Amino acid sequence: MKVSLSWLKEYVDITLPPHKLAQRLTLAGNEVKGMQVVGGSWEFVSVGEITAINPHPNADRLRLVTVNLGTEETTVVCGAPNLRCDDKIAFASVGAQLYDGHSGKLSRLEPAKIRGVASRGMVCSEKELGISESHQGIMVLPEDAPLGMPLADYLGDVIFDLDITPNRADCLSVVGIAREVSALTGQGLHLPRADYAESAVPIDQQVSVSVIDPELCSRYSASLITGVKIGPSPAWLQQRLLAYGMRPINNVVDVTNYVMVEYGQPLHAFDYQRIRGGKIIVRRAEAGETLDTLDGTKRSLDDNMLVIADEKGAVAVAGIMGGAASEVSEGTTSILLEAANFNAASIHHTGSALRLPSEARMRFERGIRPELTVVALKRATQLISKLGGGEAAQGLIDVYPGRADHEPIRLSPGKLERVLGVGFSPEQITGALTALGFTCRTDADGDLWAAAPYWRGDIRHDGDLIEEVARIVGYDKIPMTLLSRPIPHQSPEPVFSLKRKLRGILVGYGFSEIVTYSLTSLELLRRLPMEPGSPDAEPLRMANPMTFEQEYLRPNLRANLLTTLAANRRHEDGGIRLFELGKVYLTRPKDLPEEPEVLCGLMSGPRLEHSWHGGDELFGFYDAKGVVEALLAHLGIAADFVESNDPALHNAKQAGIMVSGNKLGVIGELHPKVLTAFEITGPVCLFEINLAQLLNFTVGHRVFQPVARFPVVERDIALVLDEQVSHARVQEIITGFPLVAQVTIFDAYWGKQVPAGKKSLAYRIVFRSLEHTLTDTEVDKVQQKILTKLSRELGATLRS
Amino acid sequence: MLQQLRELEQSALTELEAVNDAKELELWRVRYLGKKSQLTQALRGLAALPVAERKTAGARANQLKAELEAALGQKELVLRNSQLSVASEAGYFDVSLPGRPYPVGHLHPITQTIYEVCDIFASLGFQVVEGPEVEWDYYNFEALNIPEEHPARDSMSTSWVDFKAEGVRPMLLRTHTTSLTARMIEARKPPIRLVEPGRVYRYEASDATHSPMFHQIDGIAIDTGITMADLKGTLYEFARRFFGENRGVRFRCDYFPFVEPGVEMAIECTVCNGSGCRLCGHSGWIEILGAGMAHPRVLERGGIDPEVYSGFAFGMGIDRMPMLRHGIDDIRLFYNNDLRFLSQF
Repeated sequence: MKVSLSWLKEYVDITLPPHKLAQRLTLAGNEVKGMQVVGGSWEFVSVGEITAINPHPNADRLRLVTVNLGTEETTVVCGAPNLRCDDKIAFASVGAQLYDGHSGKLSRLEPAKIRGVASRGMVCSEKELGISESHQGIMVLPEDAPLGMPLADYLGDVIFDLDITPNRADCLSVVGIAREVSALTGQGLHLPRADYAESAVPIDQQVSVSVIDPELCSRYSASLITGVKIGPSPAWLQQRLLAYGMRPINNVVDVTNYVMVEYGQPLHAFDYQRIRGGKIIVRRAEAGETLDTLDGTKRSLDDNMLVIADEKGAVAVAGIMGGAASEVSEGTTSILLEAANFNAASIHHTGSALRLPSEARMRFERGIRPELTVVALKRATQLISKLGGGEAAQGLIDVYPGRADHEPIRLSPGKLERVLGVGFSPEQITGALTALGFTCRTDADGDLWAAAPYWRGDIRHDGDLIEEVARIVGYDKIPMTLLSRPIPHQSPEPVFSLKRKLRGILVGYGFSEIVTYSLTSLELLRRLPMEPGSPDAEPLRMANPMTFEQEYLRPNLRANLLTTLAANRRHEDGGIRLFELGKVYLTRPKDLPEEPEVLCGLMSGPRLEHSWHGGDELFGFYDAKGVVEALLAHLGIAADFVESNDPALHNAKQAGIMVSGNKLGVIGELHPKVLTAFEITGPVCLFEINLAQLLNFTVGHRVFQPVARFPVVERDIALVLDEQVSHARVQEIITGFPLVAQVTIFDAYWGKQVPAGKKSLAYRIVFRSLEHTLTDTEVDKVQQKILTKLSRELGATLRS
Repeated sequence: MLQQLRELEQSALTELEAVNDAKELELWRVRYLGKKSQLTQALRGLAALPVAERKTAGARANQLKAELEAALGQKELVLRNSQLSVASEAGYFDVSLPGRPYPVGHLHPITQTIYEVCDIFASLGFQVVEGPEVEWDYYNFEALNIPEEHPARDSMSTSWVDFKAEGVRPMLLRTHTTSLTARMIEARKPPIRLVEPGRVYRYEASDATHSPMFHQIDGIAIDTGITMADLKGTLYEFARRFFGENRGVRFRCDYFPFVEPGVEMAIECTVCNGSGCRLCGHSGWIEILGAGMAHPRVLERGGIDPEVYSGFAFGMGIDRMPMLRHGIDDIRLFYNNDLRFLSQF
């Protein structure tokens, strides 16, 4: 909402400098988000009068204009087409800062010689002064502009751009802001008087109004003005509308807009002659009813929409837009002026259905008070009669089925102190409320009873009163204390510490965390092969997607991670380790989707940074496995890695992560087809862990294991085995023997040194007893048994 | 025999003096202390001597053996030390060569900020909770005094989920983490002190300052006797710790349907320190969070008696904070995940 200082000053005395005023308004809830100083650069520009216009000796299109500046006269060269003797104009002397009429750049006016004639000054256009974009001709000032007065004193202004909160419909008006200023600064308020002459003919002999649906229209007020001459509005009115951001149309329409901005009450002017039968009927639209609105569109209406109709049919969509047929036009002489109060929700539905945003709609939606209609109607009638030269019919039509007066609300000073944490004196409380227009009285118990002024629709209970007092007295008067009550019982969800731990570990391993959008495109998701019927195959779609890239809720983290990897690969040829820890969204019938949290990581490129220490091996399956094993070791979990058939992963190089029969997730290298789809060169390894599953195995505290007191005996054995025999089977057998404390594979070999179809695996076995120091004989015995069993069950032989 | 031992002692010590490295030292050891050395021979030969001579000669030989062993140990030490100093003086060792590389990981700046903010509130007794991002219209709006036609909905353009099933209410992507506040008021009993970090969504085109997804932290404290002074004090304490002791903090009236009185907290602009610049819209202040005293209707709807309990709620955007702190000028950088960006934090 834009309000000019000069307009405000008409209603309230302002003594504060503009920036202080802006600060006060902001602190009290009416945020001034911008301030524009009009005329800040108008030094050396003053009001002049054209006294003579003569032809330029050397140019047909230029004129020599003599300007009287009050104390002196000067003659300058001017090419404007609208020069007229005796017009008041804005004259810039040498030294003035003006905007170039073409380039718009600000520059200092210098003496010039134009086609051989010296010119020391300029008659200005609006654009040159920075008032508007108009550069068609010079700006003509009102006749009463004082000669010689600096233009900044005459036209200078400050425009405040206010952010009005949705609860304060009353502040969407100059009068509303003036009331706030008055309450905040203690300065007097003087609102315009709306008196006008009335004709002898009463309005109710010419117009009748019936409100069929009082639910949707709590009040309908109307006046009638005859003998109006439609024409342009005076300059002052046009300028105020322009400064607010509205386009001037004609004197009648401009007055309705002006009074809407002034009081916050939307008004509508009908051409009275086009209201058939002089009858106004406020009703719901009939099914199938249509109306040509004044923007030239045929609107289909439905029975949830309120219309203003005459005898024959709809003439306006109530509160939203008028009909073209009853529009005020050049030939209009009689105006039926409407000021009504329509139901906020109904206006919202109709406005959204017809996709018609408007200043009027915004005010109705925020809920203005029905008391306003007559106030605004009288003011508009006065202005139309004055500016359009018409005569108002006697009286007003005022159908008011929804009268609801403000009941006084009780406010106990104790309650105020309990909410704010500080007590204010009864004088402070009453003072603040009275300044805002509340009617206050104190009862025998010392409680205050305050009735809101008619223009406030947002005061419903004592909390509203407390807020009013606090914001007028000032939030800075409320002290600062810390919560004094005991800290409530804490029951932290274990998943938080788990997530934090996982993030910390992975960052320590050199991974970078990424955060990607939850919404993604179907195209991206389809780059990953998925089994039909899996949750990935049916992601949740948005009803109103902004773009196709943000259309589906991600059912996995992989697609986004791979996209991020591909994007980074364009500028990074070293090793990349990425992870995301976030939610995926899985459809559930008849309920909000499940939002399980998943940890997913990718590793790709050289394992070691390219350096003088060497090393350019690429990340592979066992790197992902190593990370997962280490992560789980941090959490005290031992996992089995089992066969897996994830279609996005390499057929062989993948494994499921199993703990106690539960699948925690998967590791593997991405399938080459997937890499191609994401335009990545591999290999890329992935690990994916379901957090809820993981959490199941992290609860509780670990139990201490005693540290062995006796020395260990280490033995290395190299086995030759069939290629298909897995390490896991060998390890399982060895670990099963007594005294074996640990088994580590330290070499795996395929190739010339062993027969075809065979491989060699070398193990270090650590033997240990908790009771005594082991002897070689003891160890030899166990080792022999191990070898026998390996040979019998796996066909293993010792490698010589 | 004694004469022989004396000579042995002399030559052994003289030769030891001349020993220069471990190899020579080993030869020396074999010669004088080895199994075939004169001394060992002499000791073995003791048995053949007459008893009287055997005693003195034996004592002397053992004494010499101990003496030579000690000298050997001494020499070993000397040699080792001199070798070490030779090794450390040998040639040029380039310490300027880079170390063996360790990969450096980075926590996303959004996560870092969430942890930092949550830690501050945790120290004030607030517990962290999280909740659903796909949410019922009810918790996001209605429970918070924002019915369908409320103008406040206009300022929070909503992404709706295309999910229609019989008896299922409208489903949306939460526009603020306050939806979880509504859930918590319903699910928990006072005293309540919670912070609720998470992703939120708006139906908005993205540009340098807008993103269809961003992060917020909401908070709520409900108990008996909580006042607006507590609200100010708690949030001031947060601002002081996060933005620094000397940064100005301002509280002003603002409106949110679910609180009353409503509060906005701003800090002095981090670029111009309050004198006014483009970042702060020439106001000198930067809005950090919205807050207020929990609205009695909201408490009632959640089953908490507003006559007994009171409380405050607040909500802040997370993305803005690292932007202010590090001078990041485009919110989209957080979600592009360019490692050249992420590795700066």
